[in-house]
Amino acid sequence: MSVFINKDTKVIVQGITGSTALFHTKQMLEYGTQIVGGTTPGKGGMEVEGVPVFNTVKDAVETTGATASVIYVPAPFAADAIIEAVDAELDIAICITEHIPVLDMVKVKRYMEGKKTRLVGPNCPGVITADECKIGIMPGYIHTKGHVGVVSRSGTLTYEAVHQLTQAGLGQTTAVGIGGDPVNGTNFIDVLMAFNEDPETYAVIMIGEIGGTAEEEAAEWVKANMTKPVVGFIGGRTAPPGKRMGHAGAIISGGKGTADEKIRVMNECGIKVADTPSVMGETLIEVLKEQGLYEKCKTH
Amino acid sequence: MNIHEYQGKEILRKYGVAVPNGTVAFTVEEAVEAAKELGTQVCVVKAQIHAGGRGKAGGVKVAKNLEEVRTYANEILGKTLVTHQTGPEGKEVKRLLIEEGCDIKKEYYVGLVLDRATSRVVLMASEEGGTEIEEVAAKTPEKIFKEEIDPAIGLQPFQARRIAFNINIPKELVNQAVKFMMGLYNAYIEKDCSIAEINPLVVTGDGKVMALDAKLNFDSNALYRQKDVLAYRDLEEEDAKEIEASKYDLSYVALDGNIGCMVNGAGLAMSTMDIIKHYGGDPANFLDVGGGATAEKVTEAFKIILSDPNVKGIFVNIFGGIMKCDVIAEGVVEAAKQVGLSVPLVVRLEGTNVDLGKKILAESSVDIIAAESMADGAQKIVSLVK
Repeated sequence: MSVFINKDTKVIVQGITGSTALFHTKQMLEYGTQIVGGTTPGKGGMEVEGVPVFNTVKDAVETTGATASVIYVPAPFAADAIIEAVDAELDIAICITEHIPVLDMVKVKRYMEGKKTRLVGPNCPGVITADECKIGIMPGYIHTKGHVGVVSRSGTLTYEAVHQLTQAGLGQTTAVGIGGDPVNGTNFIDVLMAFNEDPETYAVIMIGEIGGTAEEEAAEWVKANMTKPVVGFIGGRTAPPGKRMGHAGAIISGGKGTADEKIRVMNECGIKVADTPSVMGETLIEVLKEQGLYEKCKTH
Repeated sequence: MNIHEYQGKEILRKYGVAVPNGTVAFTVEEAVEAAKELGTQVCVVKAQIHAGGRGKAGGVKVAKNLEEVRTYANEILGKTLVTHQTGPEGKEVKRLLIEEGCDIKKEYYVGLVLDRATSRVVLMASEEGGTEIEEVAAKTPEKIFKEEIDPAIGLQPFQARRIAFNINIPKELVNQAVKFMMGLYNAYIEKDCSIAEINPLVVTGDGKVMALDAKLNFDSNALYRQKDVLAYRDLEEEDAKEIEASKYDLSYVALDGNIGCMVNGAGLAMSTMDIIKHYGGDPANFLDVGGGATAEKVTEAFKIILSDPNVKGIFVNIFGGIMKCDVIAEGVVEAAKQVGLSVPLVVRLEGTNVDLGKKILAESSVDIIAAESMADGAQKIVSLVK
């Protein structure tokens, strides 16, 4: 088991003929992901990497039976691409594109209300279920199958956490990058809820960063609902206020969104927070040992 | 992106938001000329810098005649203002706004901002104008009123009206206040603002509702479709290294430590700063080279880091996903050759093509200290700069 995606997930790539999309389509195919189609308006009928290209998402879905899409469309057109995926009633749309204007995402979120599709991202590395299905841009080889779920606002910090887990002999179920933008689709709580219900996931690493209050809300949810151990990390402890740290969402403003406040709330809610990014794996191991779950989680 | 107050007011005027008459001045002579043109009894000389708290720092003066305009313009132009938003080094004033004075009856606060929790724009207002809204929120949260705006239909007049009544705008001026807020919302949406703050909004003795100050910030991701806003960019208000970095699509923030950092990914870049601090060091910058960096971009990133005279050592921390380690390695070697590396360089590589990357570094003539992990790298660079 896993969350959101697995070996049976059929995926289409929106914007498949772009250079980044092509590179990652190849990587995803090599990992074993079932890429069944792609879209680029005006290029319907073509084939790239052995994958048929369609003009519209609707055509691609009707022909291939895809239930998931990954979006590599450039930022000015990305909101439209997400809405097209939602209109085609896909189960999940994963948007890798960064730099989407925030007011575009405000409209997208409004359109998605009451609709079927789950959006992951934008500005995220994607979702990977180890050894089954990789949708996004993460390096596949660092992942191993196991029982730890990973959810993160940052791409490279997700890799860091997964790498530490794999090196420590702890495999993963699914790693979900929810993205670094202030307005995104799936949030921490959505993913934590899915991990809580997934019988194969025994523990979770949650990686946040400065800006907003999503980590605090997630921590409160964990305290009230989560039956599995969660450890955390917050990036940006030393970031100065008022300076945007790369991600549009990573900014301390009006005294809100500081790492210290997030860490305080997480600790209060029973989430052990790693002191430095290099001990995320170690911190999880400590907690697993305390709770007698270490042997159960150890996969190799 | 930030703009000056006078530029914000120019934009607002186009959306029917009432602002006092005024003109920008770059010299004392221009300031006096502007005051003459205004022809009002009293005028205000306002320093234009990209930071709040100008009044308290002596950057805003009320002049009762042209001589006073000259005196104040002379005094403020070229002065370095230190406010709670400028940092201790302050900001030099290079532009003034010469504005008609007005008879203020009462000050209010009105602002539009994105609420991340609801993914919607929120209109916020308070009758406690003139002070920091965060202060009002902390001390008297009941005095802040909010209206959540549905993006499908935009701000509705009844919402603006409800706000106007809640903050006790005199009832004969409510319609003016509604028009003001509707205009402000339209500007926010059409110009891709990230913040639109009017503090204070004033009601005047002659029965007008006006924006006495205007703080507009813009979503930098939307500037590609806001050419007129982009034209307002004042490079003198920005850090030279940050400007240089943005040319190469590098995300750089200058800090005051001595360890230069080059990292891929914003989260990892922030965490690299954190871990340097954890081991007792001080980062000189935040630098995210992004996912699609080329050897050329890496070279430029290196040059920018080294252009900071405080830098006594560099820590490169890369976890390759889209970014391939061999590309980084080539860039590092090339940059070290081009700029002549005079400080210790610690490199930690992991991820896509890591073996190839390590090989390139090992075979180069550049003096590179390899690190096995992020913690190892941070400890090494901290001890080397001490």
